[in-house]
Amino acid sequence: MRHAILPPAIASQPWRVLLPLTLLVCFGAAVLFSAAGGSMQPYAASHLVRFAVFLAVAMMISYLPADLVRWAAYPAYGVVVLLLMLVEALGQLGGGSQRWLDLGPIVLQPSELMKPVIVLVLASYYHSLPAGMIANWRTLLPPAALMGFPMALVLLQPDLGTSLAIVFGGAVVIFLAGVPGKWFLGAGATALVIAPLAYFFGLHDYQRRRVTTFLDPESDPLGSGYHITQSKIAIGSGGITGKGFGEGSQSHLDYLPEPHTDFVFATMAEEWGLIGGLFVLLVFGIVLRWGLIVARRAPDRFLRLLAGGMTATIFFYAAINLMMVMGLAPVVGIPLPFMSHGGSSMMTNMICLGTLMMVDRCSRRAVTPGLG
Amino acid sequence: MQRFTASSLKQSFDRRSFVIGAVQGGIGLLLAARMGYIAVAENEKYEMEAESNRVNLSLIPPRRGWILDRNGAPMASNRADFRVDIIPERLEDPRRTVQTLGKLLNFTADEIEDLNVRLETAAGFQPVPVASGLDYDEFAAVSVRLPELPGVVPQRGFSRYYPTGPAVGHLIGYVGAASREEYEQEPIPLLLTPGFKLGKDGLEKQFEQTLRGEPGARRVEVTAGGRIVRDLDTREDVQGKSIQLTIDGPLQDYAARRLGLESGSVVVMDCLTGDLMCMASMPSFDPNSFSDGIGRVEYQMLSQNERVPLRNKVLKGLYPPGSTVKPMVAMAFLEAGLDPSESVNCAGGLRVGNRVFHCWQRRGHGRVDMAKGIYQSCDVYFYHFAQRLGMDVIAPMAKRCGMGQEFPLPVASQFYGTVPDPAWKLKKYGQQWQPYDTVNATIGQGYMLANPLQLAVMAARLATGNKVMPRMLLRKDKPRFDSLNFHGDHVQVMQQAMSDVVNGPGTAGRARLPIDDVLMAGKTGTAQVVSLSVGSGKGGLWKHRDHGLFIFFAPFDNPRYAGAVVIEHGGGSGAAYPIARDVMTFMFDPAKGLEALHALEKQWGGTAQERLNADYARFAAAAGVDVPPAPADPVTVARQVDAEARSAAEPARPHPGPIDPAPEPVGTAAPPVTPTPASATPTPEPR
Repeated sequence: MRHAILPPAIASQPWRVLLPLTLLVCFGAAVLFSAAGGSMQPYAASHLVRFAVFLAVAMMISYLPADLVRWAAYPAYGVVVLLLMLVEALGQLGGGSQRWLDLGPIVLQPSELMKPVIVLVLASYYHSLPAGMIANWRTLLPPAALMGFPMALVLLQPDLGTSLAIVFGGAVVIFLAGVPGKWFLGAGATALVIAPLAYFFGLHDYQRRRVTTFLDPESDPLGSGYHITQSKIAIGSGGITGKGFGEGSQSHLDYLPEPHTDFVFATMAEEWGLIGGLFVLLVFGIVLRWGLIVARRAPDRFLRLLAGGMTATIFFYAAINLMMVMGLAPVVGIPLPFMSHGGSSMMTNMICLGTLMMVDRCSRRAVTPGLG
Repeated sequence: MQRFTASSLKQSFDRRSFVIGAVQGGIGLLLAARMGYIAVAENEKYEMEAESNRVNLSLIPPRRGWILDRNGAPMASNRADFRVDIIPERLEDPRRTVQTLGKLLNFTADEIEDLNVRLETAAGFQPVPVASGLDYDEFAAVSVRLPELPGVVPQRGFSRYYPTGPAVGHLIGYVGAASREEYEQEPIPLLLTPGFKLGKDGLEKQFEQTLRGEPGARRVEVTAGGRIVRDLDTREDVQGKSIQLTIDGPLQDYAARRLGLESGSVVVMDCLTGDLMCMASMPSFDPNSFSDGIGRVEYQMLSQNERVPLRNKVLKGLYPPGSTVKPMVAMAFLEAGLDPSESVNCAGGLRVGNRVFHCWQRRGHGRVDMAKGIYQSCDVYFYHFAQRLGMDVIAPMAKRCGMGQEFPLPVASQFYGTVPDPAWKLKKYGQQWQPYDTVNATIGQGYMLANPLQLAVMAARLATGNKVMPRMLLRKDKPRFDSLNFHGDHVQVMQQAMSDVVNGPGTAGRARLPIDDVLMAGKTGTAQVVSLSVGSGKGGLWKHRDHGLFIFFAPFDNPRYAGAVVIEHGGGSGAAYPIARDVMTFMFDPAKGLEALHALEKQWGGTAQERLNADYARFAAAAGVDVPPAPADPVTVARQVDAEARSAAEPARPHPGPIDPAPEPVGTAAPPVTPTPASATPTPEPR
């Protein structure tokens, strides 16, 4: 029926996802408007502009041919690894840790790009791996190297949150690729052993403190536990309907740290209450469910793995951030997709979204061409 | 071994993507449940916490109750001022903040150093006073720089004001910010409120709860950084209750100033009511300057002074009373049945056992009866009859007259001295009482020690024959004192004899009041500090000079006021009784008294306050900044001084022998300098 009204280029967009998502971004802009003390500047306006720009980028991505994307996987991976090494080198020269590349008007965070790229390169790898070799443990070595090298570079920055996101995205692709389940059990057991070791020897002091204060936020109420405590106060004091738009005392009187980035959900929950929170969860649910449906419907192995991995990456962002603000995970600097103010996170998530749209388009073309 | 094919991998993908979807859904539900729990079940708790974040209840320190003198004039009041405090735990860069403040408030180098030390030793949450009594310009200069000075709290408040400064330092004490110990004893938020001061010493401390009042409160909305967004509401404070003392403020001030350059004390009390009208102790400190903590230079100046300006000499100075005990001893003789006309021949000394005890008048007094024994202060008269009547009549009389007693006064501590008797000596030193001990005691030397308040009470009791009890809080009712039941006209005998000391042929003719119709009675005393072999007692080292004492009452035949003056190392009673004379002159004729004082103060270089300020300036200039810091808590200073006083008051060893009395001045002339041969018997130092 839509065919009659709308031109096909518009009608063929997955609107049942894009509409809720646009609503979520606008809702995010409203929260940022309030966090800025009732002003479009400096957060809300740029949030909307970025969304518009990256939505256009996502739509362009969605028209890329799947073969080209698969072919570009390794070169893209190589470029991003080079960028990561460049960041590291500049950091060394500058005498301090650094995460960003300053490219004139744009500040680029290559580790963000690595999140979708690792999914892309692993999907490409398993696509080309003959089915019979999947149970051969040697075939695990290349993916391990592909994940391990960028992860090490990101850990050096040091950025625990992003490196975990890279590992998670990669691990989900490997899992979906059909690698024997017992290996995952073995890896899980190994992680249980390594985690304490990593805690004591691998983590920086500030990261270790984040873990201990996560386990007992009240142990350090004025230090890093302060963030978790204040965030819970903001969410809890919002109640069911919230304190009202622009009435959040926690965010407006600076009790809430980072009210526009990592703790934007707490800022929202204080003013909109449980209802606002459920709306946010609902939209994420719609997007993620659509992502998995797209992955299952995808015509080939590469696109399946690609869509599954991209969905997992978005999920990882949202889940870790929400668990953090509700006191279920340690404070790791991961923003909430589509709501937090920040260009890099918006870019990554919109790349994931664009890739999902591309897979969606391919599958519709392959299975039922012409049917929206 | 499972075979992997493209289709089995597709199935595996479907299964596993379902697992991932389930996990994602599960986490979504978990998050929804968690949020519901926080926002609904724990809503009340978090709402309260958000509110306690947002709203800051800041206490307004209550205005302290006034301390009034007997006529209702304030001896301690409150002065509105601008002040600046620092909350150490909110400081970001203490050094820089202190430098900036120092520049804004024109601090000197040692004031900055003091502030740094106070900050280092502060408890973190406890406000550290920076400055008070600021004028509006300085206050405004700090206020506009606040954004770059986190932890600095400028506010309008009240500071304690003592109009007569050093004159009331020991009596009233001072106030200061609560120390860590005080907060631990009384852990209430008020003690941590910037600008709140509590009593640290003297009456300020004794009546802390009465004077304190109820704090006001201000509810403000604050940011996490402590910036006040707006006022919500305010509750006014309730001023503390005033206390009214029996002290006569002007008399107290006069006495303190009249002490002049001497180190000593003046006590004056009302014989009819027991009202303490004056308890002056000098040198003293200025309680006004103590309330923001003692500066290092000031502390150094006070603690290095051998005249111990931090000790209240009225209550904590213990002295051998010397000849001032003679009227009391004479009263003991009378009560024991001695006829006042019975006499003894004084030839300048008396043999007791195998030793000769000298009279201060080596030439001798000739025939001496009781009256002459008192007004000429003849030692031999007392040696003689004390031998006959014994210590057992003297010691109980001394106690009846108030010596060795503690009085029920609102003070932290009184040193009550010693009235020695055989049982006491046996217990204290494990030695038998010797005849020479009695001889020493009759002239107020040896083990006998009293504080000036006890001497004043003794004078009042002898003058009236009533058991006068001193009091410091003014009450309308006139107390009924028990009679001491002295027989017959014994009280009148004593009044007459003590009047003759001043108005007759006695030792203190110069003490006669320059007022025609008021005759003052008194008794001089000179207490030796070192044996005559060490020093003459008149000159030389200040610490070796004799104490000068004088007890008095007036009018002599109908006593209304009694008192005591003790001058440490004054070189004899000649240092004491002119002060008593002027103080009593001021009592009856203020204009005449002031005239005398102004003439003296011209010689001394200003009033007590002016001289203290000048001393401070001189000391500070000489010392520079290289002075060790003052202890953070002035209370400990007072305690240190207490301990010294206590150990100094008790002789460690028993007195092995007799004490040669120091010469008494005679007649209206200046004290005669009688050449005194050094005593053959070694005498210890009675302190």
